[in-house]
Amino acid sequence: MKPPPFDYARCDSVDEALSLLGERGEEARVIAGGQSLMAMLNMRLLRPSVLVDIAELGELNYINESSGWVEIGATTTQAGLEGWPGLNSRLPLVAAAIPHIGHFQTRNRGTICGSLCHADPSSELPLCLATLGGEVVLRSRRRKRLLKAKEFQTGMLTTAKQDDEIVIAARYPAAQRGFGYAFRELSRRHGDFAIVALAAVAGGGKIRLGVGGVAEAPTVREWDDHLKDEELADALNDFAWELRGGDDIHATARYRREMVRRLGKKVIEEARRCAS
Amino acid sequence: MRLLKEGERHRVRFTLNGEPVEGLAEPRMLLTDFIRHVIGATGTHAGCEHGICGACTIRVDGKAVRACLMLAVQAEGKRIETVEGLAATDGSLSILQLAFHRNFALQCGYCTPGFLMTLAEYLEKHPDASEQEIRVALSGNLCRCTGYAEIVDAALEAAREMRAQAAAG
Repeated sequence: MKPPPFDYARCDSVDEALSLLGERGEEARVIAGGQSLMAMLNMRLLRPSVLVDIAELGELNYINESSGWVEIGATTTQAGLEGWPGLNSRLPLVAAAIPHIGHFQTRNRGTICGSLCHADPSSELPLCLATLGGEVVLRSRRRKRLLKAKEFQTGMLTTAKQDDEIVIAARYPAAQRGFGYAFRELSRRHGDFAIVALAAVAGGGKIRLGVGGVAEAPTVREWDDHLKDEELADALNDFAWELRGGDDIHATARYRREMVRRLGKKVIEEARRCAS
Repeated sequence: MRLLKEGERHRVRFTLNGEPVEGLAEPRMLLTDFIRHVIGATGTHAGCEHGICGACTIRVDGKAVRACLMLAVQAEGKRIETVEGLAATDGSLSILQLAFHRNFALQCGYCTPGFLMTLAEYLEKHPDASEQEIRVALSGNLCRCTGYAEIVDAALEAAREMRAQAAAG
């Protein structure tokens, strides 16, 4: 359980990192907190020829709020976000999800953007980004672009990020007045990977439900909020089947569908209660 | 930018429990292995080596982290604390260590350094933690001997003593 050999570059600026990625992007991996990447290197699931370390870039360690968005820089840790005084009021969904992310020791180093880039189907921050309709800011030497969560999250452990790009920030829409937010997760033990994770938003006459841990990437549905109970049950049942979850060591596909139906209903009710 | 070549050994310097230390490491060397094999401080234990078991937990700039999910070269210039730094210089054990001893909170002892370093940060920040909060805080450390009850008891007892000591000034 030791990583394979690689060159290691400790960058002093974003431009340095981008320039190195411009030259060696195909064979490189960007490391910030490393809480997923290091485990994959130790298990030799990856063999990059160079690690581009951006962890020490203070210019990317920030949380800014402006015009209805909370922007989080690439080196801001999950613990840093957890300690942000605005978290509960501005990002209540993320506030509810954070305690489920690994353990406090991994949140001490793990970053928000790193989790989005790793794109584990069961992880919480990508699910929150998808459900809230957030976006990521990508930069390369040549350009800067903004991608919606849906465009960025392309599948299991894969994103639309190009080899020469860094996700320099994640942008989460801030909570809106009159909206309610709720998060639930089912796992065998606290901090384990989610068997099913659910995020709900209620408000503006709509309800939105995001599900993680079942499909290849977080998946979101939105319905009108005047559905009758049985109509909502039908909608949840359809959603549960559309996710096409499989059997694995933790749970069967059937169990996952049942959890989407039952916990889906609960998390939506909770979001509605918070909205009123 | 510092570009360190694979296969070559590079100088790494940091403070370990207050003392400056240095050694040579290839870029791929884990911090766990550097601390144990290069520096020779074997109190930090390597368990699963993929961030699950918590045996290798140390403190980096005050924060409890997994040493197996960090490279030695990433520790350059950091303030590292390991289990060897918990006792006083005369060898007398800390409040936390004594509480573990009294409560039979270890059997084989392999996971113990990780539990201690986890609790060292957690209780410092949350001296009033409830039993449930302590259980959540310890969920990232695995122990296959004790069944955890004794460890939770020790943590609660240590927290009480730390509060009493703080109150006494």
